[in-house]
Amino acid sequence: MTEQPTPLWEVFIRPRNGLTHRHVGSVHAADATLALAAARDVYTRRGEGLSVWVVPSAAITASDPAERGMLFEPTESKIYRHPTFYEVPDEVGHM
Amino acid sequence: MATTTSITVREIPLVGLLLRRADDALVLGHRLSEWCGHAPVLEEELALANLALDLIGQARALYAFAADAEGGQHGEDDFAYLRDARQFRNLLLLEQPNGDFAATIVRQLLYSAFIDPWWHLAARSSEPRFAEIAAKAEKESAYHLRHAADWLLRLGDGTAESHRRAQAALEWLWPYTGELFEPEAPDLVAASVCPDPPALREAWQGTVFPLLAEATLSRPADGWMQTGGRAGRHSEHLGHLLSELQYLQRSYPGAQW
Repeated sequence: MTEQPTPLWEVFIRPRNGLTHRHVGSVHAADATLALAAARDVYTRRGEGLSVWVVPSAAITASDPAERGMLFEPTESKIYRHPTFYEVPDEVGHM
Repeated sequence: MATTTSITVREIPLVGLLLRRADDALVLGHRLSEWCGHAPVLEEELALANLALDLIGQARALYAFAADAEGGQHGEDDFAYLRDARQFRNLLLLEQPNGDFAATIVRQLLYSAFIDPWWHLAARSSEPRFAEIAAKAEKESAYHLRHAADWLLRLGDGTAESHRRAQAALEWLWPYTGELFEPEAPDLVAASVCPDPPALREAWQGTVFPLLAEATLSRPADGWMQTGGRAGRHSEHLGHLLSELQYLQRSYPGAQW
């Protein structure tokens, strides 16, 4: 009997209203419905989430780790892009 | 003082109702917990453990209520650990061994398709504490039903092997489904404390029959139906289950950790 490998799915959970979904891990499942159930069962056991997304891992296009230098190092010298030089008045509150 | 002596419960009608539902939850929860470390994949291992913990949580709430309803002679642990098999009131369906994954799923489906609408109605119980337990249990059983239905579809309409196993489980467990619909205590039903199981047969069929068809499984004929669990007449499996479940408290009375 030939066995096909069970597809892998990436799991994203939104912990509270107003926050974004965050990647929390992955599950194996034969289809999207079971993947959603597996994500719920594996990653929301301690009240972690109000919403779950699953995405086929194969649908994710990822950057090549070998190109890390080309892609990401040039920004290291551009500290002026961080808006940390400004004085923020207290009245503004949390930004 | 802690003891290993079996207790006898004073089963006034309300206590009887609570024990029937609590024993169902405890026995099925224990069965599902047996998959821990043995499930086919990690995801299902956790899913089955989640179902088990839902059910054991329901059992605890129901036993605690039963303890108060009986008058305080026994605690919730005493109901679980210090009754003999003949004192257990659970459905025979739920004490059947896990079998393979398909059998576990079929058992879960047959039970959940009944208990979910039953809890749904029980949430309107005239007994507030029971209504509260029911409202919580219904959310859990709704997920149990969906989980089992999702899997039954895929097993039945999956490979030849998964179909064969699901069909075999269905043939094996079908004679235990009659017991689901045995009437509750008439006084409790009349006082709207709980729904009467016979009234739920159509709802159960409305869930199960189309699902079996969609899963390409053939529905076994309604022949001889097993009965006796509610009266304490159990299959040989319950004694083995209880010997494991009760071992620690029977050997080390009152042990805590």
